[in-house]
Amino acid sequence: MHELSIAMSIVDLAQEEADRRGGIQIKAVHLRLGLLSGVVKDALLSSYDMACEDTPLQGSRLVVEEVPVLVFCRQCDTQRPVHSTQMFCCSECGTPTGEIVQGKELVVVGLEVEK
Amino acid sequence: MSSKTRIIEVRQNVLKQNDVVARALRQRFHEAGIFVVSLVSSPGAGKTALLEKTLTLLQQEFRVAALVGDLATENDAVRLARSQAPVKQIITGTVCHLEAAMIQNALEGWNLDELDFLFIENVGNLVCPSSYDLGEDLRLVLMSVTEGEDKPLKCPTIFNSADAAVITKIDLATAVEFNAAAANRSIQAVRPGMIAVDVSAKSGRGMEELLGFLHSRRNAARVPAASQGAKAFAAPD
Repeated sequence: MHELSIAMSIVDLAQEEADRRGGIQIKAVHLRLGLLSGVVKDALLSSYDMACEDTPLQGSRLVVEEVPVLVFCRQCDTQRPVHSTQMFCCSECGTPTGEIVQGKELVVVGLEVEK
Repeated sequence: MSSKTRIIEVRQNVLKQNDVVARALRQRFHEAGIFVVSLVSSPGAGKTALLEKTLTLLQQEFRVAALVGDLATENDAVRLARSQAPVKQIITGTVCHLEAAMIQNALEGWNLDELDFLFIENVGNLVCPSSYDLGEDLRLVLMSVTEGEDKPLKCPTIFNSADAAVITKIDLATAVEFNAAAANRSIQAVRPGMIAVDVSAKSGRGMEELLGFLHSRRNAARVPAASQGAKAFAAPD
């Protein structure tokens, strides 16, 4: 369970960005979360409110966009979704592949603020 | 998003601080010509036993050292010190994994130029360590024969963050009716092409193969360093 420390990093990072922009008030933080990031969405969401307590982000929301795993399939010569995280093979032709091109993201992509 | 708000686009990796430190460590390791191997597994899979055996055997030919992470106690460092190699315990308190900054702090006062191999034993945990780069060259994930052949399916993320698998306590395989083919299918399902080595730290079975693998990976990693004029070591057989 390391989601609380991840949530605290998100709060710090968002606040730094807000400060750099002249202390804007953040309503929500938008995050891209890969299914292979090692971070669990629900645990992160429940940790986020705790991490925001007594910070300028108190009362803000965390909006998580889950990012599916994509692999490169040499057989199809293109990027494909993976069959499942328990079965790393091309969802189209079934060729096994461990060449992950997407799915490890843990990235803050947007700050929602008042107009 | 409501009509009263707008979105400011940013793009910041949440673990950027860890990644920055890990990159600096990797550069430092590379310049010192040291090969760094980390071990991850569930608690009790045999990381410390395997490491003790590895340090003892490698020491006959190389200069080796280890960092070992635990929530509490220095017991593992005491065990590993029996190998005579330099060992430092990292006590993480309530933190369930090692982070790059902990490695950086633990290395203070160590001269990396005097080492050939550094091993980092992570906290026993098959979940959280997967998110944190420690600057290592090679990450080994251990699973013991007593854990169940489907462990990789239950924890695919850590297997995907590792470079090779080590199946430990192979001397118990018969007693616990370990199904090697099923275990290998599980590993290959979550990480096609992953190398897996069977070992017993107790009997020594498979240790030669594991050490051979570490040698070859170290040699492969040192090629670019040598061409850049970095310090070269005598090549092992």
